Amino acid sequence: MIGFWIAAAVALLATALAVTRRHPVHALLYLVVSLLAVAVLFLLLGAAFAAALEVVIYAGAIMVLFLFVVMLLDLGPEAADSTRGRTAPAAWLGPGLLAAILAAELAWIVRSGSSAEGATVVDPAAVGTLLFGAWILGVELAGMLLLAALVGAFHLGRKGEAE
Amino acid sequence: MIGAPAQALLVAAALFALGLLAVLVRRNLVFTLLGIEVMLNASGLAFVAAGARWGDAAGQGMLLFVLAVAAAEVAVGLALVLQVARRFGTLDPDRLLDLAESPQGEKDGEEHASGARTAVKGGSRA
Repeated sequence: MIGFWIAAAVALLATALAVTRRHPVHALLYLVVSLLAVAVLFLLLGAAFAAALEVVIYAGAIMVLFLFVVMLLDLGPEAADSTRGRTAPAAWLGPGLLAAILAAELAWIVRSGSSAEGATVVDPAAVGTLLFGAWILGVELAGMLLLAALVGAFHLGRKGEAE
Repeated sequence: MIGAPAQALLVAAALFALGLLAVLVRRNLVFTLLGIEVMLNASGLAFVAAGARWGDAAGQGMLLFVLAVAAAEVAVGLALVLQVARRFGTLDPDRLLDLAESPQGEKDGEEHASGARTAVKGGSRA
């Protein structure tokens, strides 16, 4: 349970820092750490598939998209000067420390194989059976939603769109 | 001591509150989207905690759908933010409201377009 509390504390602290930063890139770094902490929580709740989803899709794709667009908005004459500002310790020290705590905790969980009390382990096979069986229509609809979002984002993000 | 899934629900509630705070207080559209993402993540945590409590795979299945919705919403939302930054040069909702309501809104937008680069530095009421 101590692992659960550490991961929960890191998640809450990282999110609180994320919503209070001035610079959007700093905030997004803290949010990535928060998502990783929630993934560790998923692992401790016996939801390994959910943990993998959270890291690969949420932290790995959605947050990267966010970072790309935010950095795209920031381009300008001061980009060259701000490089030093972006690599300054103030930017990465906090998220790095929190991520190191999470990494140590992950190593400890994997070695000791502990899980939180009261949580039933639901393995990926059961989730796969559900998604490809009873919920197949939902999965297909989610795919269509993503297609609609893709087309919409492409159209809305174009330059010179006169409307 | 209540079980881990119940504690996870409490953590999810706290995360949701933080996300809501970000949406309400921050004066920058990027941080509004960030707050929405935090809230979606918190709801996913609630789903998975419920699935862990009852040993049901539906919790993680719902997380997949929540993630799909979050991805779709972030893509479209960021495209809109890009357009707003290009046209009006600011991401401050209060200033955007003034620009949108004034009859000079469109003209001001073109003049301010070059200011888009400095538009992203976050603002906050606090």
